[in-house]
Amino acid sequence: MLNLEGVTVYYGGALALENVSLSVEEETLTAIIGPNGAGKTTLLRSIIGLKKIHKGSIWFAGKRIDGLSTREIVKMGVSLCPERRRILPEMTVLENLEMGAYLRKTKGEVREDLKKVFDLFPVLEERKGQLAGTLSGGEQQMLAIGRALMSRPKLLMLDEPSLGLSPIMRSVVFKKIDEIRMEGVTILLVEQDAYSALKIADKGLVLENGRIVQESSGESLLKDENVRRAYLGI
Amino acid sequence: MEVYNNGLKMALLEVKGLTKRFKGLIAVKNVSFTVDEGECVGIIGPNGAGKTTIFNLITGFLKPENGAVFLKGEDITNLKPYEIVNRGIARTFQLICPFPNMSVMENVLVPLYGKRKKLEGNLEEKGSEILKLVGLSHQKDKLARNLPHGDLKKLEIARALATEPEILLLDEPFAGLSFDEMAVLMEVIKKLHESGLTIVIVEHVMRVIMNLSERVIVISEGEKIAEGKPKEVVQDKKVIEAYLGVSTIA
Repeated sequence: MLNLEGVTVYYGGALALENVSLSVEEETLTAIIGPNGAGKTTLLRSIIGLKKIHKGSIWFAGKRIDGLSTREIVKMGVSLCPERRRILPEMTVLENLEMGAYLRKTKGEVREDLKKVFDLFPVLEERKGQLAGTLSGGEQQMLAIGRALMSRPKLLMLDEPSLGLSPIMRSVVFKKIDEIRMEGVTILLVEQDAYSALKIADKGLVLENGRIVQESSGESLLKDENVRRAYLGI
Repeated sequence: MEVYNNGLKMALLEVKGLTKRFKGLIAVKNVSFTVDEGECVGIIGPNGAGKTTIFNLITGFLKPENGAVFLKGEDITNLKPYEIVNRGIARTFQLICPFPNMSVMENVLVPLYGKRKKLEGNLEEKGSEILKLVGLSHQKDKLARNLPHGDLKKLEIARALATEPEILLLDEPFAGLSFDEMAVLMEVIKKLHESGLTIVIVEHVMRVIMNLSERVIVISEGEKIAEGKPKEVVQDKKVIEAYLGVSTIA
């Protein structure tokens, strides 16, 4: 469904991604793990057209998408829940969620999805009239995930979705991500909580210094000695 | 250690009956607790429980409707944030906000500059000391915007330390850190605590709370629902229900 071929990206003079090739199969969950600064966020930003790539190509559902605008890429069915929440603080919770469905025309479906998001995070329904900037940090994180779901994506990319969530919410979110995949959404997940991510992943990629250094099933990465030492602390 | 007239030990920080409303919502409801000198206290609780609001009330970013905050017995409730910093309470923020186009050293020099009249010796020397303490010496000339996330978290703490606090309030310092970075930051905070700094830490990573804090306060829906040693608190039924979830007991 998604293919990257030899993608290279620079930030200023610094090499952020070097010759990255990967493929994400339809209806699977791929987890990307790696230290901070490895290029994980850059990778997601490149796919959705927020960061220009300097070499290589990106393909989604058979079409080449590098060079397209973010708007066009979202319209094709790609969605990103960005790092650091990036919610719209001066808009209400409901308006933020509606913004996630901005490019959709079918009102009935949007209402259905809104209900799904409220089932997932009941606190968002309780607070739907409140300005998003007045939510707590963890609630804003829930809103960012909800907003990403509102475009009914075919490919959902999540950048650190568990950040700032309580232990109980963290396990709820990972369970829900797994369920969303079961419903047929393809997921690309970047997480510091490598254990929880690999546990639900079909495939895991280890990104270090802008390069993919390991690629395997989630299960076998969980058993891998190097991964265990570096990312799981066991 | 200062002492009350009745001979009881005086807490360094005392929060008494704090209540804060946001329109209809009661964000903090009659919360009281104390922090003794040299303690490391953890605050945990569900998202939206009011943990950050409590920090905002202590540091003067918000004013409570009811209740008061005392530092060494003095009422600081109605002071402004900068006055409270000058009295010795520093904090970090969940979303780190350094000056991106200044170097690491310059970021630390900004708060130090505010202290220049009281400080002995050279500001840069003091800055170097602080950067060494948090393990950022090797990055001192780098622009803040070029630092990896783990180092930015350390810089956030360094900037707070540069205000020379007696109490340091840390708001989710471990969020978004990799396992290795967590281990490093845990050592940094341990070292600060051992050097005598009083620390209050809001954090969801239970391994950190269990490891660092001597006492844990649990907040849920604006109220204090439990308080005690970390090992006792994680077995509390209310805490498991509201916060940990059955399967995640640390």
